[in-house]
Amino acid sequence: MKDRLRKVGRVRLPRPIIALAAVTVMFFALPLVGLIWRAPWSNAWGYLTDDAALTALRLSLVCSLWATLLSIVFGVPLAWVLARVDFPGRAAVRALCVLSMVLPPVVGGVALFFALGRRGLVGQWLDRWFDIQLPFTTAGVVIAQTFVAMPFLIVTVEAALHQMDSRFEDASRTLGASRWYTFRRVTVPAIRPALIAGAVLAWARALGEFGATVTFAGNFPGTTQTLPLSVYLALETNPEQAIVLALVLIAISFAVLVGLRDRWFGDRIRRATVSA
Amino acid sequence: MFAASSLTEAFTDIGGAFSEQNPGATVTFNFAGSSDLVAQIAQGAPADVFASADESNMTKLIEAGLAAGNPVPIAENTFAIIVETGNPQGVATVADLDNPELIVVLCSTAVPCGRGAETILANAGVTVNPKSLETNVKGVVTKVAAGEADAGIVFVTDVDAAGADAAGIALPADINAISAASMVLTDASRNPDAARDFVEFVAGPTGQSILASYGFMSP
Repeated sequence: MKDRLRKVGRVRLPRPIIALAAVTVMFFALPLVGLIWRAPWSNAWGYLTDDAALTALRLSLVCSLWATLLSIVFGVPLAWVLARVDFPGRAAVRALCVLSMVLPPVVGGVALFFALGRRGLVGQWLDRWFDIQLPFTTAGVVIAQTFVAMPFLIVTVEAALHQMDSRFEDASRTLGASRWYTFRRVTVPAIRPALIAGAVLAWARALGEFGATVTFAGNFPGTTQTLPLSVYLALETNPEQAIVLALVLIAISFAVLVGLRDRWFGDRIRRATVSA
Repeated sequence: MFAASSLTEAFTDIGGAFSEQNPGATVTFNFAGSSDLVAQIAQGAPADVFASADESNMTKLIEAGLAAGNPVPIAENTFAIIVETGNPQGVATVADLDNPELIVVLCSTAVPCGRGAETILANAGVTVNPKSLETNVKGVVTKVAAGEADAGIVFVTDVDAAGADAAGIALPADINAISAASMVLTDASRNPDAARDFVEFVAGPTGQSILASYGFMSP
């Protein structure tokens, strides 16, 4: 059944579309093939197991997972408010909260200084009252990554909430469920594929984050030097190692994107399409 | 014309002066980190002249067989301590940088300003625990100018470029490091005559006085 559907789909697509799609695939695949082609395979293992590289990789994974968690905790409620509550200035708030997607990340990092640095609007009070300094710390890396990555989750989840039939929520409410119960048991399950997709996008963006991190948090091994930063520095001194580390970053993201799409996202979509 | 990013302001001016004196000649610049430029030229980027901020990257180009002739020295750059305007922490010498209360940021030793800082600290016999090893010299300047770091070590010309946002503290000549900028024609140059004219112009009086106005010393 599944196979027949696919076959029909293939036949019906006009040739120009297939040709353009093929060009698109080449456009994304070629640079990757270039990296693989130039990779120093005989030395790859040595570069990979290098202590500095492993430290940077570990820090990257920890920080990007934290950034994803923060994006979910703060991004989902915001997406929900933006999709369901009609308030004056909603369009402006929406634009404000996804602005960091188009802001050059380095500028984002400088803006974070002005907000959360020790001379910043809020940061000076954090420093004075609580002795909290965010620049040059691992927490600073997480904040920089969250700042840049969260919009990807907000946009994805809000779009899903708009598409979702809000009558399910109404039905749940009429049946006596509380708002919170409805949100947890009706809204969130209904948008789960989008939530997962958004979280994965945000995570991937956080994992590759460079500009805001290096500007706001700096670069110090073990504290703030994530893998993209160490790739950048390796380009200066040891381009071979830079290629290997970049490929590791790509391989991890690729595995997660493919794995999650098939297991969660793709599956759910297919089921939803069939039942509809 | 492929030139190191530390030469951006000075070379843009020199290019304008060159075009004024040689009507019909236009100089097009590509500014980036010296090592990025070497990589670009190695990949076949169309450069006539390469200007490196330091010796190691010039050597890289020559060793790769991509240079034509010998490099021409054009300027020297030394280092200074950069602090916030007004020097609120009262930093006076390199020895003050080992104060654990002070937030010091340096360049990574992967880039020229980091190698300079390493030399200076070794010369002075001072150990510093930097909070960050920046990926380029502008990263140090940004953090000090924003008030997030108290001090750093950068090129003298970067202190000048930071203007009112930061102040420089000169380093004694006996511990200071020197970065020597030089230019060379590329092997693949398509306009070698015009390229040679431009190199001579930079090394000549007009080029040298413009470089001096940006804080560079003559070689």
